[in-house]
Order: sequence, then C-alpha cells, then structure tokens
Amino acid sequence: MSTSLKPPKETISAAVIEVPEELRWQLPFWRRFFNKLFGAFCFTALAIAGVLLVYLLFSIFRDGFGRLSQQFFESFPSSRPQRAGVKVALMGSLWVVALTAIIAVPMGVAAAIYLEEFNTKRNKLVEFIQLNIANLAGVPSIVYGLLGLAVFVRWMALDRSVISGALTMSLLILPTIILVSQEALKAVPKSYREASLALGATKWQTIRRQVLPSAAPGILTGIILSISRAIGETAPLITIGAVTYINFVPKDVKSRFTVLPIQIFEWSGRPQKGFHENAAAAIIVLLAVLLLMNSLAILLRQRATRR
Amino acid sequence: MAVVSPSFSRYSGRGSRNKAKEWIILAVCFLCAAVSILVTAGIIGVLSREAFMFFSKVSFGEFFGTTEWSPLVKPQKFGVWPLVTGTLMITIGSALIAVPLGLMSAIYLSEYAHPKARAVLKPILEVLAGIPTVVYGYFALFTITPALQSVFKNVQVYNAASGAIVVGVMILPLVSSLCEDALTAVPKALREGAYGLGATKMEVTMKIVVPSALSGIMAAVILAISRAIGETMAVTLASGMNPKLTLNPAESIQTMTAYIVQISKGDTPNGTLEFQTIFAVGVTLFATTYVLNVLANRLVKRFRQVYA
Repeated sequence: MSTSLKPPKETISAAVIEVPEELRWQLPFWRRFFNKLFGAFCFTALAIAGVLLVYLLFSIFRDGFGRLSQQFFESFPSSRPQRAGVKVALMGSLWVVALTAIIAVPMGVAAAIYLEEFNTKRNKLVEFIQLNIANLAGVPSIVYGLLGLAVFVRWMALDRSVISGALTMSLLILPTIILVSQEALKAVPKSYREASLALGATKWQTIRRQVLPSAAPGILTGIILSISRAIGETAPLITIGAVTYINFVPKDVKSRFTVLPIQIFEWSGRPQKGFHENAAAAIIVLLAVLLLMNSLAILLRQRATRR
Repeated sequence: MAVVSPSFSRYSGRGSRNKAKEWIILAVCFLCAAVSILVTAGIIGVLSREAFMFFSKVSFGEFFGTTEWSPLVKPQKFGVWPLVTGTLMITIGSALIAVPLGLMSAIYLSEYAHPKARAVLKPILEVLAGIPTVVYGYFALFTITPALQSVFKNVQVYNAASGAIVVGVMILPLVSSLCEDALTAVPKALREGAYGLGATKMEVTMKIVVPSALSGIMAAVILAISRAIGETMAVTLASGMNPKLTLNPAESIQTMTAYIVQISKGDTPNGTLEFQTIFAVGVTLFATTYVLNVLANRLVKRFRQVYA
C-alpha cells in the first residue's frame, strides 16, 4: 500500500470526522440544518446534567455553609439544631470505613489474584464465580443490609455494632474491589510474568514482586473509589439498625454507632428548618471527605499512567 | 542434557517448601474468590427463609392479589401492589429522564465532542455518579419539590415526581457511560463507510452507530432500570412513606425499598410478621434486579462478541 493514499493523519486520530469542506455545499440545507440541530440537542443533554450538578452544589452550600463551625464538629446530637453536631456520626463513619477497608481490601485483592493469575485455564467453576461477581455488583445495597441483619446482627449475634456494619459494607463493596483489581491486573503486560517465571521465580514470587507492584496504582485507585462508595452508603446500615440518636463516640468494634449519611437522612426528615441547615452542613462535610479521597485516586491514576 | 539436569534438580529441591507455600496461597486466594458464591447463597437463603415464614402466615393470594398495604396498623393488610406501583412510577419516570439525556450525552461525548472538550465535560458525569444518594434525597426534598410546587398547584411535600426526577439524575451517569462504551466500540470503518456515501454526522449517528450499538444501549437501559428499582435513600426522602395505589405523580407514595427503611428504623423484634415482611419485599426486589442484571450482562457479552 502506498502511503500517499492514506487520508491525512488528523482525520484518523481525532474522534471527529467531518464531511470535507468542498463537498459540503452539495448537501441540501435541511440536512445540514438538522445535523447542527442534533449536535446542539446532544450538547444540551450534557449541559442539563452540568447545570443540575452546579445547582445541587450551590443549593447545599447556600443552606449549610453558615452552620460549619468548630462547634458543629465537636458537638453531640441534640434536640436543638443549633447545639447539634456531627462528631458522633463522623467518628462512626471513620470506624466503619476503616474496618471495612481492613476486611474487604485483602479479600478482594486475593480473589482478583486468584481469578486473574492463578487460573490460566478457565474452568467452569471459575467462569461461574466470575459471572456471580458481576451479578452481585448489581444487587441493590439494601439487600446487603437485609443479609447483614439476618446473618451478622441476629445469627452471629454481633448486635447493631460497628463490626456488623463493617462486615455488611465489606460484602457490599467486595464485588467492586474484585472487578477493579482484576482490571488493574489485566493491564500488566504478559512479558513481565514470563520474564520472571523464566528466571526461575515461582508463581507467587512473580505475583508479589512483579505483577502486584506494577498493578498497585490501578488497584489502589479502585480501592479508594470503592471505599468512597462505602462512605456514602446509607441504606444497608439503616437496615442493620444503625441508629441516629447516639450520644457517644464508638469505643470498640462492639459499640453501637451511627454514620454521617444516616445523620443527614435523619436531619433532613425533621420538620424544623434548623435541622435542614445541619443536614446541608453535614453534606458539605461528607462531600469534602469524598473529594479528598477522589483527588487521591486521581493522583494515583496519573502516577500510574506516567509510568 | 547433562548440563541442564543438575541445575534443574537443584531448583526442584529448593521448591518443595515453596510448593507448600504456593499451594496455601492458592487455597487462600481461592477461598476469597469463593466468598462471592457464599454471599449469593446467603442472600438467597436468608431472604427465602424469612420470606417463606412470611408466606406461611400470609397467603400468596393476599400478597399479590389484594391492593391494600398496611402491615403496621390493625387490621393488617398485605397487598403488595401499592409498593410495586410506587416503585414502578419511580422507575419509569427516572428512565424517561435518564435514558434520553444519558444517550444524548453519550452521543455528544463519543461522536461530536472534541477530545479537549471531552476531557472537560466527562468529569461532570463522573462527579454526578460519585455523589451519595442521601445527598440527592436532600436535593429532591428541598430544591426539586419546592420548584415543582411553584409550577403545579397540588404537589404534596413528599411526591413521586420529585423522586423520579432525582433518581433520573442519579442514574444518568450510569446510562451515559455505558452507552458511550457501546458507541465507541462500534468500528470506525462503519462510520467511514457512511461518511464516504455523503451522510452527515447526524445521519451516521442515528442510522449507523446507534443501531450498531443497540444491544449495548439496551444493556445500559436495563442496568439503569435495575439501579432505579433498588434505589433507596433518595426516594425515601423525596417520595415519602405512604403506600397508596395511585398513578398520580404529585402524590406521596412508598417504594419497596422505602418500606424496608421504614421498618428497619423502628425496633421490630425478630420473628414478628412485620420483620418478615421486609424479607418478603426484599426477595421480590432481589429477584427483579437479579434477573435484569443477568439479562444486561448477557446483552453486553453478546455485543462484545460481535465487535471483538
């Protein structure tokens, strides 16, 4: 093939391919008009999403910014909105999320290693596990709450404690952690593994010293995003019976607890306007935590792509 | 041969301890992967056990055949239809919002947008996807509902429309990103063929790209619907806890998920009928979404095979 026949490079590389300028006059006016109109419509759809996002953030800041103060962070729940604070909920969220990470991350990564690395011959069982994980990822979060209620709270008699919440949350984010870790492991070039194995390393040595380090940024990004999901989840914890009116900070894994999203839910449902302001302020705190985690994930992703 | 074998034997001699270690690690990793099966089995087992106990007291005919739901007030009535219509209203309403908007955003991002514009616009959807559902609930209750009330006269404080709108916004990023994946997977040669025949971008998109990506788009729609059915906090806050057989979006309703929340918030003792109802509702919820997810995953798989 002679290279001169190829179209100029820009036409190939850009996602945008237009009808060449010199042909355009041949198209009837209405076809050009509808083409532009359709493009504008599609842009509008995205713009609506953008406007909604900006308005959502704006309305929350407008309602809640005034309530953010040291008192708000240091206070326990109260029946008077001006004296109430997020201390208990914030600490509860930290407890649950930290425990969830400790439980779910090693399990998720190990499962991903099994599915991607140890099983080069795909058998029926592995296919089944893989399909099952994909389907579990779509199960509504409240169903995990019901599972946690029956298994952890009642059957294992862990009561409505931090550990019950963390176990329930772990099951919820496990499929996501497995799936993202698998993606990260898939992205490691096969030649890394082959070179290591050829030098006499065992399978596990290859995984630990070659595959995991090069997949680490990807896995970490996935983990952080899964954990941010756990921070924002409310429904499963309500189902297992995390309550809203608790005036002590969790001391150990058997303590009763509440979390930030539940506190927001509860304050939003109250009739007094002062509590709505509290809810908005608590949302700002929640979003700030999520923003922090997501920036970390983006940073890691950038580091991964630079390498 | 003589050169190779000594080094080989040395290697395998060191390997016996390694082998045991390797085997243990393999076993541990396998067990972690197998937990997922345990979870599925647990969900099915637990839900069906409690649901079974529920159905031993309340007949199937009453559950699916009558139209009044009042499990907390005597005389108790267990007709599930008000919860189903409530859920359906939210689901259909949110799909009506999210599917067109999501598909069009996806078309814009994959077909129209300049790579630089994409890099700026795509994060909007990612941020929307990352916002916790309870935040959407707050937004619905204190921003969308007042807006609706200022336009329409008879809108209640808790209403189905507000819930449907906010769930629509919530699932929009999901629809959009899955549709975009489907659209970008369509081979470039198909587009170029159409451009070569003189089609405009709109014609290429609507007559070539979207039809070619249709099974992927369908999968996106199904997954979005499944998400909308399972959505809990936003609809509980926006649409209320009033199980009522109605199709009026201005009225307060209760979805299946909101009912589970309502019961869980109270301290319902183990083994009571009220306690078992949330599992009966939960099993309905799980079965519906699971079937939808399996269907969507099949579609995606078939779609991938076509363009692999």
